[in-house]
Amino acid sequence: MVIRGGLVVDINGERKADVRVEAGKVTEVGTKLRGDREIDASGCVVSPGLVDMHVHLREPGMEEAETIETGSRAAALGGFTAVIAMPNTEPPQDDPIIISAVKARAQTALCDVYPAGAITKQREGLELAPMGEMHSLGVRIFTDDGACVASAGVMRSALQYARSLPGAIVAQHAEDETLATGHMHEGEWSSRLGIPGRPAEAEEIIVARDCILAAQTGTPVHFLHLSTAGSVAIVRAAKAQGIPVTAEAAPHHFTFTDESCATFDPLFKVNPPLRTKDDVAAVKAGLADGTIDVIASDHAPHPTETKERTFEEASPGMLGLETALALGISELVDAGVMTLPELLALMSWSPARLSGLADHGATIEKGVTANLCVIDPNLEWVLDPANLASRAQNTPMGGRKLKGKNRHTILRGEVVVLDGQATR
Amino acid sequence: MKNLLSISDLDQAGIIEVCDLTDSFLTVTHRDIPKVPALRGKTVASVFYEDSTRTRLSFETAAKRLSADVMTMNMSSSSVQKGESLRDTVQTIEAMGVDAIVIRHRHAGAPNQVATWVDLSVINAGDGRHEHPTQALLDVYTARRHLGDDLSGARIAIVGDIRRSRVARSTAKAFAQMGAKVTLVAPPTMLPDSLAGWPVTATSDFDEILSDVDLVYLLRIQHERQDSMAFPSLREYVSRYGLTNDRATRLGPEVLIMHPGPMNRGVEISPEVAESDASIITEQVENGVAVRMAVLYLLLGSGAPVA
Repeated sequence: MVIRGGLVVDINGERKADVRVEAGKVTEVGTKLRGDREIDASGCVVSPGLVDMHVHLREPGMEEAETIETGSRAAALGGFTAVIAMPNTEPPQDDPIIISAVKARAQTALCDVYPAGAITKQREGLELAPMGEMHSLGVRIFTDDGACVASAGVMRSALQYARSLPGAIVAQHAEDETLATGHMHEGEWSSRLGIPGRPAEAEEIIVARDCILAAQTGTPVHFLHLSTAGSVAIVRAAKAQGIPVTAEAAPHHFTFTDESCATFDPLFKVNPPLRTKDDVAAVKAGLADGTIDVIASDHAPHPTETKERTFEEASPGMLGLETALALGISELVDAGVMTLPELLALMSWSPARLSGLADHGATIEKGVTANLCVIDPNLEWVLDPANLASRAQNTPMGGRKLKGKNRHTILRGEVVVLDGQATR
Repeated sequence: MKNLLSISDLDQAGIIEVCDLTDSFLTVTHRDIPKVPALRGKTVASVFYEDSTRTRLSFETAAKRLSADVMTMNMSSSSVQKGESLRDTVQTIEAMGVDAIVIRHRHAGAPNQVATWVDLSVINAGDGRHEHPTQALLDVYTARRHLGDDLSGARIAIVGDIRRSRVARSTAKAFAQMGAKVTLVAPPTMLPDSLAGWPVTATSDFDEILSDVDLVYLLRIQHERQDSMAFPSLREYVSRYGLTNDRATRLGPEVLIMHPGPMNRGVEISPEVAESDASIITEQVENGVAVRMAVLYLLLGSGAPVA
């Protein structure tokens, strides 16, 4: 099979080239390659497959919202060849048995699925989960995501313990729950709308605290979905001091502001909440200058009935896998914040390296595993939630004009998405 | 106008139109048979997801005096208890041929959401901490009867837990819309986190403004608020923000006292002040029925002159 006529982009830069794929590997990169099967990439970018460090696949426990199969199909359609599945399943991924079960179910998925392990049992923030046993099964990301490890004592223990687990990263959902008691960003709009708030300082206090703990323990801390200008500044300062911290940003946090909540549409409800335009600008600046290391979607499917409640009762979170790339292209590349190769770094090789995934985000050259995506950066399309592969439809982007779309996805040599359609 | 979701749905002319209509309906309510056929054949459903005596009775009385049929949804015995969603409930009510839903909900924005799900008129009877537009209209109406139709320059202090008050969110805007100078008075923990977009000023010193007001509007202090760390004790609240007899003596002789009810006598207002000539609190309740008649008439009526 030959992927023909595209612009190959990877960590080494960009060049016009065709890519031959055989038996799951890239076997040749050159010009004028021909093959029995040819995949058209003209006008497109051929990139290492995208990697999403932060998705909720809802299986086991909440299969009415998403399954590993439907979520991985959404991922493949979005250009992703690997995702990290967050542990807030039911039961939670806090135990080697659940981790093994998820890995087994993921064997037939349309992308590689790597379960993250919980930091604490039942994600309750009280006692450490068996991180070592999960680590032996290949788990590298540990997080209680959806919940913050609130206790500084528990967090410090987790970081100290993780020193014995090579490659392990402890990822924090940074929100102090004694401050983040409400449902949207606390500020002008929450005050106008009378919706109880989740202030910026709820996030920043935990980010600052955990930078101190990362420095003290030497264990890397990854901050999930960084959303405030203050958090970006704290992480920037910590990195300047050599503290081992990394951070991600979600596309909705560089696209929408808290003003979106003015219609009381629960599709805009998410934790951490949509912030102000100054925060959006700071997140973009953080992505541009390397303070924020990766873009991760925080894909959070919810059944319609949990979004047809009042804003205060609705479940927080929105879909992201099938829109992340387009928002990156529209809000970052077209807006002049960064180039397309820089966006791909944030969405492919940086998250692959951070998550320790050797088979993903690799340089496109002879011998590497063929995990690739072919992106049409100029295609304009309108999102129809009913056409998404996800089982749920909770995206606020329905009807929105988007630019840039994944066209083909190759997973270990198999074409899982061809011309925007999943092949299985 | 189809819905009344927020006081911002009305500009100054709209508020004045409601007040003018209220004048005619107030005459009606003083007749021996206080009833007009204006909404005969119309059905109004009152859907209260939160306990309320006065607002609910006020709306239902208003609808009946306009000869509308009134359907009351009793939430304690309804399908809501069986887990029916808000959307299903209001769409079921719509299917019965109802013309308007008067909704009270404990969460902000519920009436806005309902209005996107049904075609009938939606009237907000109070949603969470968001708004209570008919309260604001009856407040403006009542104040105008005493301060004159032109409220521009009138100095109005709203005192209490502004941050958590839907009454404050509507009433402050309505008074400001009429040109009044509104000052919010509360400890910082009870003022909004941001005043951007609020046409008001704010202070935490009640005593400082006593000599500089025409009307004091007191909000109900809810005892359970102490759990949310808003203030240390009721006694301390009374000493700093209660309209005590002592503070009342420092108000000008013409200053009016308003309260949306129900009052906590001895907390935000002393029993003597509540009963004093300065207090027009009972009149607010009386005007409430006529104001709600005006709102229902405006949304559901033929537009013909009131009989």
